[in-house]
Order: sequence, then C-alpha cells, then structure tokens
Amino acid sequence: METDWIWGLVGGLLIGTGGAVYLLGNGRIMGASGIVGGLIDGSGWSTLWERVAFLAGVVIMPLILWPLYSVEIDTHLTDQWWVIIVAGLLVGVGTRIANGCTSGHGVCGISRFSMRGIIATVFYILAGGLMLALFRHVLGLV
Amino acid sequence: MRIIISLIAGALFGGGLFISGMSDTAKVQGWLDVFGNWDPTLAFVMGGAIIPMFIAWRLTPGRQPLVGGTFPTPPKNEIDHRLVVGSVLFGMGWGLAGLCPGPAIASITYNGLGGVVFMIAMLAGMGAAPAVGRSLDRVAASA
Repeated sequence: METDWIWGLVGGLLIGTGGAVYLLGNGRIMGASGIVGGLIDGSGWSTLWERVAFLAGVVIMPLILWPLYSVEIDTHLTDQWWVIIVAGLLVGVGTRIANGCTSGHGVCGISRFSMRGIIATVFYILAGGLMLALFRHVLGLV
Repeated sequence: MRIIISLIAGALFGGGLFISGMSDTAKVQGWLDVFGNWDPTLAFVMGGAIIPMFIAWRLTPGRQPLVGGTFPTPPKNEIDHRLVVGSVLFGMGWGLAGLCPGPAIASITYNGLGGVVFMIAMLAGMGAAPAVGRSLDRVAASA
C-alpha cells in the first residue's frame, strides 16, 4: 500500500518515544533482546519486575490497537518449521552474543552514534540480506 | 515507579511495532530483499524511531534519570568478535524468518503456532548464548 511508509514512520516515532521514556525515566537502554535475555540467563533477575512490566506492555498494546484495525492482520510467517526453529535459535543466540538487536544496537545505538551499534547494524543487515538472497533466490527455499 | 515507566515504554514500543507493520515478516523480508520487490517501510520505521531517541540522548548530559541513578556510560568503541559474529548469526535468522526479538514478542498473541515456536527457539538460543559465547572466546583467543 502507498500509505505503508506513513504508518512505518508513525510507528517508528512511537518506538523511539518508548525508548526515550525508558532512557529518561529508568536510565536504561531499551533493547528487546537484552530485556528478555536477562530473564533467561539470570543476569537480569534483580530487575525482574520492570522487565516483566515492559514485556507486558509490548504484548498488550497490539491487543488494544487490534480492534481499531478494519483490515485482517497477516504476519506472513513461513509455515516451514525448520525455518522457524533455525531462525529462532540464530536470533536468540546471535542477539545475546552481540549484546543487542534491532532496538538496542539499531535504534538506541545509532541515535547516539555508537560505533558498536552502527557496526552491529551493518553486519546484521548484510547477513540478513545475503541469507535471504541465498535461500530465496538461489535455493528457492524460503 | 520503575515498573510503571517500563510498562509505558513497553506499550509505546509494542504499539509502534504493531502500527509500523514490523510484525509482518513480509515487510521486513521485503526490505532485506533487494533482489525482489523492495519495500522501503523498514527504513521509515528506523528513521522515525531514531528521532525521539536522538533527542533523548541529547537531554542526558548533566541530568539524572527520573527515578534517580545514572544514565548509561558513553558507548564503547571496541569492536570485538562477539559483536561481529553475534550480529551475523542474528542477521541470518532475521533474514530467514523476517522476525527479530521485538516484533516476535509484540506479535506473540496473533502470530499463530509458528510465532510461539519461534519464541521458544529464540529463548532456547538465548539460554545457550553464554556457553556459545565462551566457546567463541576460546576460538578467538587461539586464532
């Protein structure tokens, strides 16, 4: 649709505002993988409830907005189980080893000109693009 | 107070992910797929998200977070093997399925069984990450 970029921009501004609230309020960097990952490996248990509250907000808000949408929402997630499982493992292990994902390194890192954030973003975009080119256009698997 | 702030930030993040269409894997893969029917939406989402964060970072010097304490220290510039290898592994998964951690969480209620399986695999990967990271350190040290 031609209006997709407007929704993208509005949604992006909301995402950034969330990050700004988290930073200016709690003094912390809003990274999705870090907030979840700290609960998994135990490194973030001292801030358990604020992590749970953040995640609750992330899950609940789409449910509130959902009824306002007249169109059917399709996430176009693949139905190939091996892709879902392999991709999930790679995303989980990769974001924790790199200590950040699209929100932490991407949004929060680039906005303060963090060299680590910029380098991480370059590498995950290149890897994603190459992976998709290989598996979609060369191998025709996804 | 910290909990309320976290809830508000999470709601803005989740709402933004939903509205922007970033839980639609076709839009994410559409942006990564420069050889296909390229979809620019993700660039607008990133650009839009960076604007308020840029302003927020500008407000931090000489101030304290609302709840007290200190702001994060200035970014390290050290580019190590963990940053590069981790980002490449993450990118590979991101490209394959079109999901990264934020949208995977935001869409958990409407992404079907696939979304749940992805989440379980992602959490398993996160659980394995400390051990994988240590192996990586050993390889890097001997290289």
